[in-house]
Amino acid sequence: MKIIVLIKQVPGTANTRMNPETGVMIRDAGETILNPLDEHAVTEAVMIKKKHPGTEVIALTMGPPSAQKVLREACARGADRGILLSDKAFGGSDTLVTSRVLAAAIRKIGDTNLILAGEKATDGETGQTGPMTAALLDMPVLTFVHRLEVNDMHIIARRMVEDGIEEIKADLPALVTVVKDINNPPLPTIKGYILAKKQKFPVWGPVDLALEDGTMGLKGSPTRVVKIFTPKLSRQTTFYTADTKEQLPGAAEAIIKVLKSRSLTEKGDRYGV
Amino acid sequence: MESKQSVMILAEIRSQQVHDLTWEMLTWGRKLADKLGVQVDCVVLGIEQGNFQELIHWGADRVLAVTNGRPDGILATPAARLLVEIIRAEQPGIVIAPATTFGRTIMPITAARLATGLTADCTELDIDPKDNLLLQTRPAIGGNIMATIKTARTKPQMATVRPRSIKPDGFDHTRQGEVMIKQYDTANAWPETLLSFRHNEENDINLENADLVVAGGKGMKSKENYQQLEELAVLLGAGLGATRDAVEAGWAPFARQVGLTGKTVSPKVYIAAGVSGKIQHLAGILTSEYIIAINEDADSQIFKVADLGIIGDAPTVVTQLIQALKDLKTDGKEH
Repeated sequence: MKIIVLIKQVPGTANTRMNPETGVMIRDAGETILNPLDEHAVTEAVMIKKKHPGTEVIALTMGPPSAQKVLREACARGADRGILLSDKAFGGSDTLVTSRVLAAAIRKIGDTNLILAGEKATDGETGQTGPMTAALLDMPVLTFVHRLEVNDMHIIARRMVEDGIEEIKADLPALVTVVKDINNPPLPTIKGYILAKKQKFPVWGPVDLALEDGTMGLKGSPTRVVKIFTPKLSRQTTFYTADTKEQLPGAAEAIIKVLKSRSLTEKGDRYGV
Repeated sequence: MESKQSVMILAEIRSQQVHDLTWEMLTWGRKLADKLGVQVDCVVLGIEQGNFQELIHWGADRVLAVTNGRPDGILATPAARLLVEIIRAEQPGIVIAPATTFGRTIMPITAARLATGLTADCTELDIDPKDNLLLQTRPAIGGNIMATIKTARTKPQMATVRPRSIKPDGFDHTRQGEVMIKQYDTANAWPETLLSFRHNEENDINLENADLVVAGGKGMKSKENYQQLEELAVLLGAGLGATRDAVEAGWAPFARQVGLTGKTVSPKVYIAAGVSGKIQHLAGILTSEYIIAINEDADSQIFKVADLGIIGDAPTVVTQLIQALKDLKTDGKEH
């Protein structure tokens, strides 16, 4: 079996900046990490490999040259190899174009049985790249998955949806996006890190993927950030200070007054189900 | 009327039924369509029967019930196929759907098949009067800023919209509209089967529907202090929420997280205890009618959205509030 895990390098802290001219995120600043949900996706792939000997796990990422760091981490966690999709022409890609590049790479790798990805990344938080990539590859996609069972021909996945758990069987090949509950990623082992350190990651660009000019990057992206702003937040606020013991009852009273005026101090059947 | 491109909204389907969230989508749809002078089409995927008149009352000019004649037609892949078919047939200018597990799966599949743009999780939609394009606004970068996005060169312009980003409005039981059933054959590809569905247990107060929500953040300072809020919530019959920081600290499960990556609430009163007010969190509470904030930092951003601000140590104020409420109940019984 061949499993591809789609991974992403994301900012480690909330300090990402955006270029105010182009609206494109600046990714070269500060510490970066493997997107936390992708850790779960890699872990799941490695767990499947343990149950299905002969399985190959390939980590795939699109990003700047520095993104090979997350490929290395995926390998330290048990992926067999990694491929970096990197080129200046990919810069500024939106989710559709990112999916286009990933899909082209997956086609080039060939004969994939299963594709795993984190449900979303902590930077963009769109959750769109997984389903879009599956659609471009014309394969079923199961999102928000918290349990996964893999057989040779099909998978059975449990999806966490708003009002319950859906259990779905899908033919392979398929793409699955995972949520946090699917597993507990162990820390990478020192042996894993030593092995991963020796890895060389091929870098594929537009020529390798037969992608035409104008279909990639900011130019090829149908969506465009036209404005960024810090939202104006203003309500008329009534303030109470509760710094001292004497001030506390007044503050509590002010809260209770609001609740009383809206008939909210008594429990009732006012909450929905 | 000239063939003007409609605003198409996707009804939220849960357990083979149209969910009330659809009213919010229709409210957005109506708002946009009226600015453009076009009609609102409400697409219902996978079911042929339901209270479709109600959708017309909430703002739809047409209800398009699109099925493939299969009972499990709402699974993502076949549902997206149906949506692609109806979009190709009707050529809407805009397609919006709720940012739920349903919408957030079907919309990207559909957008990719149509090679058009999609913006996730918008909290505000508007029309640019200069070019009549859809302005799709969403919190970005961990929610510290807002980004407005346009899809200028491809059609339709697609967006998923946060639940509770608008109050359902404009119900009119005299509004007339048309209900159409459309069937498309999607039988050539059938890679998914629904094996079972297990409903959530209803033992917890549903945060998203609660009239009163109490939520805690880092300013509660410890797990023990956060648990005080549980007592307060029980006392008031309130939903209990948490910020991402509180969830990441292990004080509360993810199911309680309120904000961009968690739930959106819309209560009559929201009590934020020890919440700093990052936009990521505010994105989930801004439609609350009244916001009470308790925070020791007077410059904290949460106060910018608060109607009542208590400047003080959150755990101490919460303790005082619990005591005052208990006293209130005892007094009540004595009379």
